[in-house]
Amino acid sequence: MKEKQATMDKLLTVSMSPHVHHRDTTSRLMYGVVIALLPAWAASVWFFGWGALYIPLLSVFFAVLFEYLIARFLLKREPSVRDGSAVVTGLLLAFTLPVNIPVWILAIGVFVAIGVGKMSFGGLGTNPFNPALVGRVFLFISFPVQMTSWPLPKGFATADAVTGATPLGLLKEGMRQGEHVADMMKELPANLDMFMGHMPGSMGEVAAAALLLGFLYLLWKRIITWHIPVTIFVTVFLFSGLLWLIDPVNNATPWFHLLSGGLMLGAIFMATDYVTSPMTHRGMIWYGVGIGLLTVIIRRWGAYPEGVQFAILIMNAFVPLINLYVKPKRFGEVKKNG
Amino acid sequence: MSDIVLYTVLTLTLLGALSAVILYFVARKFHVEEDPRIDQVEEVLPHANCGGCGYPGCRPFAEACVKADSLDDLYCPVGGNDVMAKVAEILGLEAVTAEPRVAVIRCQGSFEHRPRTSRYEGAESCAVAHALYTGDTDCPYGCLGLGDCVRACDFEALFMDEKTGLPYVIDENCVACGACVEACPRDIIELRKRNKKDRKIYVACINEEKGGVARQYCDVACIGCSKCFQVCEFDAITMGNNLAFIDSDACKLCRKCVVVCPTHSILEINFPPRKERKKDDQPAAKKVTAAKEKKAIGKNGETQEGERSEEKKEG
Amino acid sequence: MQKIKTFPKGGVHPPEHKLSAGRPIEVLPPGGRVVVPVVQHIGAPAEPVVQRGDEVKVGQLLAKSSGYVSANVHSPVSGKVFRIDKRFDASGYKRTSVIIDVEGDDWLPEIDRSETLVREITAAREEILARIQEAGIVGMGGATFPSHVKLNVPRGKKAELLIINGVECEPYLTADHRLMLERGEELLVGTRILMKALGVDRAVIGIENNKPDAIEHLSRLTAAEEGITVQPLKVKYPQGGEKQLIKAVTGREVPSGGLPIDVGVVVHNVGTTVAAYEAVQKNKPLIERVVTVTGKSLAKPSNFLVRIGTPISALVDAAGGLPDDTGKVVLGGPMMGKAVARLDIPVTKGISGVLLIPDAEAHRRPYQACIRCARCVSVCPMGLEPYLLMDLGVHERFERARDERVMDCIECGSCSYICPADRPLLDYIRLDKLRVGEMIRKAKQAVK
Repeated sequence: MKEKQATMDKLLTVSMSPHVHHRDTTSRLMYGVVIALLPAWAASVWFFGWGALYIPLLSVFFAVLFEYLIARFLLKREPSVRDGSAVVTGLLLAFTLPVNIPVWILAIGVFVAIGVGKMSFGGLGTNPFNPALVGRVFLFISFPVQMTSWPLPKGFATADAVTGATPLGLLKEGMRQGEHVADMMKELPANLDMFMGHMPGSMGEVAAAALLLGFLYLLWKRIITWHIPVTIFVTVFLFSGLLWLIDPVNNATPWFHLLSGGLMLGAIFMATDYVTSPMTHRGMIWYGVGIGLLTVIIRRWGAYPEGVQFAILIMNAFVPLINLYVKPKRFGEVKKNG
Repeated sequence: MSDIVLYTVLTLTLLGALSAVILYFVARKFHVEEDPRIDQVEEVLPHANCGGCGYPGCRPFAEACVKADSLDDLYCPVGGNDVMAKVAEILGLEAVTAEPRVAVIRCQGSFEHRPRTSRYEGAESCAVAHALYTGDTDCPYGCLGLGDCVRACDFEALFMDEKTGLPYVIDENCVACGACVEACPRDIIELRKRNKKDRKIYVACINEEKGGVARQYCDVACIGCSKCFQVCEFDAITMGNNLAFIDSDACKLCRKCVVVCPTHSILEINFPPRKERKKDDQPAAKKVTAAKEKKAIGKNGETQEGERSEEKKEG
Repeated sequence: MQKIKTFPKGGVHPPEHKLSAGRPIEVLPPGGRVVVPVVQHIGAPAEPVVQRGDEVKVGQLLAKSSGYVSANVHSPVSGKVFRIDKRFDASGYKRTSVIIDVEGDDWLPEIDRSETLVREITAAREEILARIQEAGIVGMGGATFPSHVKLNVPRGKKAELLIINGVECEPYLTADHRLMLERGEELLVGTRILMKALGVDRAVIGIENNKPDAIEHLSRLTAAEEGITVQPLKVKYPQGGEKQLIKAVTGREVPSGGLPIDVGVVVHNVGTTVAAYEAVQKNKPLIERVVTVTGKSLAKPSNFLVRIGTPISALVDAAGGLPDDTGKVVLGGPMMGKAVARLDIPVTKGISGVLLIPDAEAHRRPYQACIRCARCVSVCPMGLEPYLLMDLGVHERFERARDERVMDCIECGSCSYICPADRPLLDYIRLDKLRVGEMIRKAKQAVK
């Protein structure tokens, strides 16, 4: 029988099963993250003005540009900017910066984030550290002045003071000068203000409410699972709560810790980065606990006012170890006796 | 301030010295006595760690040589007779020699000769495609063209010609380590005796189906007609399972079988062109240069009717 | 009706597309020529006992089982043996087949062709096993494991429960669904027969919740039957995998490297159970089966009762002809089915469906680097890490793959299905299993 061909002159395709695929692709997931960031973006424009609109756009532009150039001319391979991961990195990095960041510093930060944090390891999927945080920490250490003068949001700014320190910054400064935390709490924004975003800070970190909305979106679209953010929140809350109970004079309240600084942004969007987080749910819980503990430790006893960025980067280094030792529960596990 | 420096220097120096002492004793205690000849033998080996000798690396091969009573079962195909002579000298054993060999691809089923009957999608792996079905042609014995052999080669002696869909061996680079033979799920590659000027004569087909069946899907298949067997004066050809096989050790390269093969299944490589023009309508052979072969993109076409000449690689 | 159960770990939800669920089974008469492969089962190929020119009747033995784990093959038609030759079958290669030119439809006289339900089981346990073995019954859910081997409980193990697999979790397939609706009575007698063979007094029929009519129908029928219950199951792929089915119904996990009998359970497909009824009560060997022919562009997605050996092309023609935009032909369902390059492949005992996939959906996208999203890990029903197993396969690190339990993989395809980077995870996992299997076999031989 010579009937090898199916129809007209078209050949049938043969491949291993499965022959059907879920509609999710890498770019769909990445753009889902971008959508989840939209409430926070809107909130930051509300609080910080138009700068909060075009700085993130510029950041995305630089990110895509650098990734394309590096892939095409340095690595000599097909650029993969279409997958949207550069867009996410650009956006997230921008959200960790003050809105008055000079553009040239932003460009350097994006270059480090994409070039060193991601492409130098081999591109998407191969980097051990969160690229946005790599860029952010680089800027933080290289340009400490520009990175710590936080524009005051609407309602805070007066004729004399356009920039100021974040609540955590004020706290750390006060602690250095021997003030009691309990006394300082009255000067700092109230919990509700911090929840709604009414505080100095980076573009993305201020509005906890908007970020939590994004979290719900990510959960609904099954882009991330609850494990990492919830574990971080619970750990931070319990650990800082414990410290506060033991010594309320020198420790901020657990609510303050949850709502201040980059914790929300970091826990929901940075720590959940696929590439640099663990591959099993149990592993994610260990990871989240580590981040939570380190964040509070750095905030309380460390030299820096904010600990989330370092906590995440440090735990990123542990992820390969976590992946090696924390395996999913095997079906039909045969328990060896003796 | 200088106190701090002093204390730091003293502490680190002390730590360094302590570590050095500990390391010294540990190295002494855990030192493994080894026959010094192992190092000597390993020295003369090619250090390719290719596994062609059957051992997982040059050092284990060296160990095996030193332990052995005779070198009869030990041979390094990359180093060849020269290296084995050196090894024999070091160990005071009798040298072994072997005929040098080269890898040969026993399939000619290019896109042109063997039409595609389906489209394969999936892992670029011959092993995977082989487990799935006959491949994108109907021949169950033919080359799958996905490059497991090329990937297995550590010596850059194999490349895939995208114009024909078949792999090609760069004779200069091939050291007959056997990695490609191992990698091919269809046992298409054979290590055959290397002749002067890299001349080869072999049946470029391993299809064991009846001639009529094989011919249905490949016009250069061996149909097992035995014409070559009948014409061979040196008893180098055996027939079995509808397939002719030329023993490369017995073959004297007289080329008589090539002429009589009705499907042009037997290839003669690196021979001067015959004086008389063969009577068929296929165009003259194109040359394939070794240097271009290395780029693994088919820039030159496969030669017709099995005549192929490969120029020596420049540089 | 029972509470809905499910298996806790992993699983995906491909769109169901049960296009042919409402179409009653149609008998497709045999015609022309049939090609009957001698190996349609797991185990040693059967050996032909007929030769060219022989006249055969329906149900006559064509090839004899050649060992314990092997199965008889019977003639699905009456006619003359054209020849015994190697032909392409579902394996993707050519295998020895008995080719018969069909003449009429004469059955062996000992086969009871009447439609009356024979409820009473007069055969003793040994006779049941013998008849099932004689009839060449194999697992018709697709695995084609010889049923008599499964029913012969090895010494030291005890069967407590029989589970009848009416799950049919693969999208598109509806053959078992229709069988449950239209041959429910025979199914129950078949269940009783298998219970007697195993010596158990409890049987559970597992059915996915997307077949409420089948659940309702069988629940009514089993209301009067003692020991047989219907268990509705949550729609989740691969609920029909026997390990997942056992876990959902009983809560027990078949141990790694073990068999269902290790937890006291034996599972049989609905089709196999009906075939067992026919073998024991009607003396009918396995010579035909229900096949779903389906696809989005197909004119009439249908369920046909066809004779073994009928070429796929005949089924496709009966369902409205091959759509012009066909890109892939899959035997079975889209998750685990086997893609084939030609339509002259014969229906065999394990083929439950023919799926015609339009060209627009028939191609894989080029794959990207792993983005470590861990979806493959979360959907794997066996608790494996497919991203790692693929990487190990690519780099040929098969010993590590063995240590990472690659042999536990049931090849359900959930991982490849869900991967956002379109990585061919299952392709490489299958390669791992091939090599690790060779490793294990070599090690066993070395010990001997």
